[in-house]
Amino acid sequence: MISGHSTWNRKHLLGMEGLSRDEISTLLETAASIREINRREIKKVPTLRGRTVINLFYENSTRTRTSFELAGKRMSADVINVSVATSSVAKGETLYDTMANLEAMNPDVVVVRHPQSGANEFLAQHLDTAIVNAGDGRHEHPTQALLDILTIDDNLPRLGRDNFEGMEVAICGDSLHSRVARSNAIALKTLGAKVRFVGPPTLMPTRAEEAFGVKVYHDMDEGLDGVQVVMMLRLQRERMSGGFFPSIREYFEFWGLSRSRLAKAAPEAIVMHPGPMNRGVEIASDVADDPDRAVILEQVANGLAVRMAILYRLCAGRRKD
Amino acid sequence: MEENEAPVTLIKGGRVVDPAASFDATADLLIVDGVIREVGRVDPPAGCRVIDADGLTVAPGLVDMHVHFREPGFEYKETIAGGSQAAAAGGVTSVAAMPNTAPANDDPSVTGYMLQKARAAGLVNLYPIGAITKGLKGKELAEMGLQQQAGCVAFSDDGYVVMDSGVMRRAMEYSRAFGALIIQHAEDSGLSCGGCMNEGVHSSRLGLPGIPVESEEVIVDRDIRLAELTGGRYHVAHISAAGAVAAVAAARKKGLQVSCEAAPHHFTLTDEAVVGYDANYKMSPPLRSGIDRNAILEGLARGDITAIATDHAPHERDSKQVEFCRAANGVVGLETLLPLSLDLVREGVLGLMETLACLTCNPAQLLGIDGGTLGVGARADVVVFDPDEAWVVDPRRLHGTARNTCFAGIKVRGRVKKSLLAGRIVHSDGR
Ligand SMILES: [Zn+2]
Repeated sequence: MISGHSTWNRKHLLGMEGLSRDEISTLLETAASIREINRREIKKVPTLRGRTVINLFYENSTRTRTSFELAGKRMSADVINVSVATSSVAKGETLYDTMANLEAMNPDVVVVRHPQSGANEFLAQHLDTAIVNAGDGRHEHPTQALLDILTIDDNLPRLGRDNFEGMEVAICGDSLHSRVARSNAIALKTLGAKVRFVGPPTLMPTRAEEAFGVKVYHDMDEGLDGVQVVMMLRLQRERMSGGFFPSIREYFEFWGLSRSRLAKAAPEAIVMHPGPMNRGVEIASDVADDPDRAVILEQVANGLAVRMAILYRLCAGRRKD
Repeated sequence: MEENEAPVTLIKGGRVVDPAASFDATADLLIVDGVIREVGRVDPPAGCRVIDADGLTVAPGLVDMHVHFREPGFEYKETIAGGSQAAAAGGVTSVAAMPNTAPANDDPSVTGYMLQKARAAGLVNLYPIGAITKGLKGKELAEMGLQQQAGCVAFSDDGYVVMDSGVMRRAMEYSRAFGALIIQHAEDSGLSCGGCMNEGVHSSRLGLPGIPVESEEVIVDRDIRLAELTGGRYHVAHISAAGAVAAVAAARKKGLQVSCEAAPHHFTLTDEAVVGYDANYKMSPPLRSGIDRNAILEGLARGDITAIATDHAPHERDSKQVEFCRAANGVVGLETLLPLSLDLVREGVLGLMETLACLTCNPAQLLGIDGGTLGVGARADVVVFDPDEAWVVDPRRLHGTARNTCFAGIKVRGRVKKSLLAGRIVHSDGR
């Protein structure tokens, strides 16, 4: 279990960059204690009664939006979903205006998903409401990293470990376009893990070693060798014909996670995926569904707890009375 | 209010630095009817206006060979009159204005319109740069000869690159008939496609699509080969990449007619400034790495980079107050040009004489225009400045319309006290 002193006095959650080990530990401890609510028969507590949470989504993501919505509702907050289709951006309203209009309604937290890197940072600089980054472009997706870390933390006993120090984690696939890869690499390094990026050279961030302190592998077998955590990334459909690699069949042949390839990892290794999965593209179905290896549904459950913890911490931090 | 049209002006007791004549001494400058009459020890003639320049530096009015004044077509960003105010406030008395207006300056009628607007404002000598290709589309050559007759001093598709090698070859060949300078915005559009900052560690961490230095370098390499093939005069606008500086240096060593300019933001800042996603740090080419910045400083020191130009690019607030990748490219620079260039002197990169040469006679020579000198008989375009006075860049106090500086809140040193255009005072500090 990650342990540290209880610390949280940030106004926003914009990314994993800059979060200390203590801050991560505080959020995970909060999530772990909140998790129990989700196992009750009546899954609702009054903690955030009278609070308003707005989900402002500029990108479709049923999964993340639902998770945030449920997180707010289980703590009795009023949750409003605003989906901004790309068409209304074309109509001319800027991100700033949309957000300013929402802010005029005095919400406590706005959860923002946006296709542009830095959009959340931009809002945090110009406006006053607490902001949770639910994914910005190819930059960060901090709640995903937190739920991934909570999931690894839960699995430490089966990995025969009691902390993250020196643990080898392989993040595989399109890390260039992946905010999940960035947030996880940053957070895992903060916790002392060793991180590898594995994938074709066309899908690697420039100077990833220097930027994130990771080791880069273009050979999947080498990249998986001995790792205890295999974190697969989603291959975006829109990248598939973008010239980053020649074909899906070639991609799966060299960088897909098959059962035989997984055998390169440590025998007890766990397999993670942020979802939604492209079966047969980045991951074989029999691996994805293997209850001994895949912890993908645990990730989903932890996502809810982590998001409840974030909303709670940000609202608690903003209490004016 | 200062009386504007005194026929005789004496600028007294300043340190007069005229790189065109390698002159650097305490002297008086006598101006009669808009022309420099005498430099030396001059007793004030009766009825003459005296400007006390004790403790100040007196130099030729600065020549900025790369500005965007946005008119015609984008008057909501800036007008020629507004840009002229910023120039005067920055000690810049001559500017070369890029043709990416709407309509583009690919036609003598647009050239004439710009000249007329500039004359009406009367604050700066404006020299239009004509388009290399019609509509800046990179396909068919624009009427370079007719544009030159109308007043264009060089040709560029700036904002865009001439991507087609065949078109670029013809442009360099054809321009030889007119002795015209071809100015390239060097950017391989296939390599920079979708990028919004320098590609490197910072773009990786920020998750912003990067533009590799190779985007600039491959075009500069190609164009230098074309300059050798054609014998044309080739100039790289706003050079930003170490490899491009090296290529220009090698070409000059070979004796080719190749030159380049550097912008103050490229030799002052690096891509680290983008952390925080402030769109005022977004420009094209982007802020580069420390290696590139150092290469530009060395290029200036060695004399491979002979001009400093602002790429003054005004924008309205709305086009910068957006997500970084969606923001417009460009920053204003006219009013920070002199202090940031004087940093080169303070950091020992160049002497004052060489720095001022990059700001006056060198660009004037590249463009083939009058100006950039304090020689007797020259038009009295003069800047009087305090090289050491410190001030903080406050976007609200900039002149002209636009506020998009990347130096907001930065303390700079060097302040323009007076700008004179043909002997007329067009800017006085504190007014
Ligand atoms: Zn340009």
